[in-house]
Amino acid sequence: MSQIAVNVEGISKIYRLGVKERSSDNIAGMIWDFVRSPLNNFRKYRSLYRFDEAELQGLEAENGQMDDILWALKNVSFSVDEGEVVGIIGGNGAGKSTLLKILSRITPPTTGEVIIRGRVSSLLEVGTGFHPELTGRENVYLNGTILGMRKKEVDQRFDEIVAFSEVEKFLDTPVKRYSSGMRVRLAFAVAAHLEPEILIVDEVLAVGDAAFQQKCMNKMQDVGKEGRTVLFVSHNMPAVTSLCDRVIWLDQGKKVSEGPAREIVGDYLLAGSTTTACRQWNDTESAPAGRFARLLATRVITEKGDVAEHFDIQQPVGIQMEYEVLEGGEVMLPHFRVKNEDGVLVFVTLDHDPEWYQRPRPAGFYTSTVWIPGNFLNEGPYFVDCALITRHPDIPQFNELAVLSFAIAGSMEPGTARGDWPGRLSGVVSPVLEWKTDYRKG
Amino acid sequence: MDSKSDNAPIVRIRPPGKWEIIDFQELKDYRDLFFFLVWRDIKVLYAQTIMGFAWAILNPMIQIVIFSVIFGKVAKLDTDGIPYVLFSTVAIIPWTYMSEAMSKASQSLVAGQNMLGKVYFPRVLFPITPVLAKLVDFSISLLLLIAVMIYYQVPPTWNVLLLPFLILLMMIIPAGIGLWLSALSIRFRDVKFAMPFLIRMLIYSAPILYTASSIPDGYRLIYSLNPIVAVIEGFRACLLGTEVPWQFILPGTVVAALLLVTGAIYFRKMERVFVDVI
Repeated sequence: MSQIAVNVEGISKIYRLGVKERSSDNIAGMIWDFVRSPLNNFRKYRSLYRFDEAELQGLEAENGQMDDILWALKNVSFSVDEGEVVGIIGGNGAGKSTLLKILSRITPPTTGEVIIRGRVSSLLEVGTGFHPELTGRENVYLNGTILGMRKKEVDQRFDEIVAFSEVEKFLDTPVKRYSSGMRVRLAFAVAAHLEPEILIVDEVLAVGDAAFQQKCMNKMQDVGKEGRTVLFVSHNMPAVTSLCDRVIWLDQGKKVSEGPAREIVGDYLLAGSTTTACRQWNDTESAPAGRFARLLATRVITEKGDVAEHFDIQQPVGIQMEYEVLEGGEVMLPHFRVKNEDGVLVFVTLDHDPEWYQRPRPAGFYTSTVWIPGNFLNEGPYFVDCALITRHPDIPQFNELAVLSFAIAGSMEPGTARGDWPGRLSGVVSPVLEWKTDYRKG
Repeated sequence: MDSKSDNAPIVRIRPPGKWEIIDFQELKDYRDLFFFLVWRDIKVLYAQTIMGFAWAILNPMIQIVIFSVIFGKVAKLDTDGIPYVLFSTVAIIPWTYMSEAMSKASQSLVAGQNMLGKVYFPRVLFPITPVLAKLVDFSISLLLLIAVMIYYQVPPTWNVLLLPFLILLMMIIPAGIGLWLSALSIRFRDVKFAMPFLIRMLIYSAPILYTASSIPDGYRLIYSLNPIVAVIEGFRACLLGTEVPWQFILPGTVVAALLLVTGAIYFRKMERVFVDVI
């Protein structure tokens, strides 16, 4: 029976934005403004955090439309069970950081309530409170206690922290003489050795070199396995899918959805693009068409033939187009271009089906499907251009850019190119290749 | 696991609003952090200086020399027969502590705003830290005081027993003012600009350079409400064996206590919104 560790009940947070000040355009007005400015400033700074009841109720009635008010979070509720690792994702300004700040007690919510059961440590930054004049050793103690450890606990873990940070030699040197990498390693080492019941982490993995990042990811994974509750905010989607059981997606201060990590991450990656996994043109007028051919539909399908947007990295992806040949007798070349999220063209695939190779196609309806094997495309979202040309001479009939999209999510299961490597593998493709290692006793 | 979580602390995070009292249990939980913050202030203060802690003596000493020349030799202020150097040393040493602790405490939150936005801990630790850290300087500068007293061959009297109380009072004043001004300065940075004036005014508001007896009788009562007067006159009585000025110490103590209590209440009310108004 697991207990609820964090219960968030309808929290909202509003901030006051700056409003453009009126300024006078004559000397007398300017002087008057200058004289009055202390009073105006006083009102402005005093009102920064004050929202009276009437104002709040007014806001709710008006659905939050007010010039100088920003809803950083709006009526967000969720709960996290003990021992669960939950990811929080969303674009910039989605309210992720505000949410973490409320959960860490750094800033209070405007309305709503949070109940937290257990000792919380929050890592919104590594190395908070590091003082450049203090030595590494001294900073470990200072930072450890700032993060909520007792001196006794730092004493116990001191050797582990130092070993983890790999800066043993410089322990008695002031931190101001450290390289930035050393400083970050030491800071993360302290953070990694916190042992709270609930850990709140914001994007701290993006530190150090690749090897150190790897070490950090492993450490994070251990934390999850030890049955501690973790709330994790990140833009690194592979990290989220591999670390988290469940994901909460925020957008513009509101909760969009929550659910199993891979599903929500896939939805998130595809959101914002207007394309989908299936496109149909029922109206012949608007359908993309040339003299000889007209596009009717195009879709992304699974092996079973179902339309799908999300694929596991091991699953083959089918891309299909339905088209009508309006005037027979031409050799046709349907093709797809697959691009990744950076717009890099990953590959072009041409219909070289032997049955129709260099053969004129009679009028009628066609469905062509191409299969991208599993363990080929790397993780991330993909966009597909769908096109068809007639040959000799080459004349485009239709060419729809980014008409389809789908997302591939990785996992750390064996049988993938990533294996147990916890971070995202770089690269456009992620094939599983055969490795062989010879060993000779030396 | 379940047994562990059953007695786990439960934290409720709610919108701010009500007046709250200081959570002493929480302060106790954070005492190690408090210790390290004080220790950091002490460690870092004279980092990369040649003189190091000698500055704790040099600083008041230079002031004493200047004041003794200007007010003692040139202006020839009346000091009820006490040599001017002795007269001013006894006052300047507690005054240096109070003025430094006060300005450091008032700036503590603004100076530490990076930390405020990144991690939770009882914010009250910030303004209280310099009040303790500056005691190190104070203790070192007591050596100067002792040297001066030996030079002028002032015998200790029973009045010296009052010293611990006066030191406590000397700490309460910057703590109270620090709580008020640090909380205010987070919202209004004017405090930063007003602070040098305030310090300069306060030095004339207390009998540091002149004697309290030179204040006209009609203003004595108002004058006695200044708790700094109580500390300075108290130190003189303690160390020089003059009559204990209860007429200053009693009202001064009451005012200092009021400053501390109201400061703590105001600070507590404001501390939850600090991050939003930085």
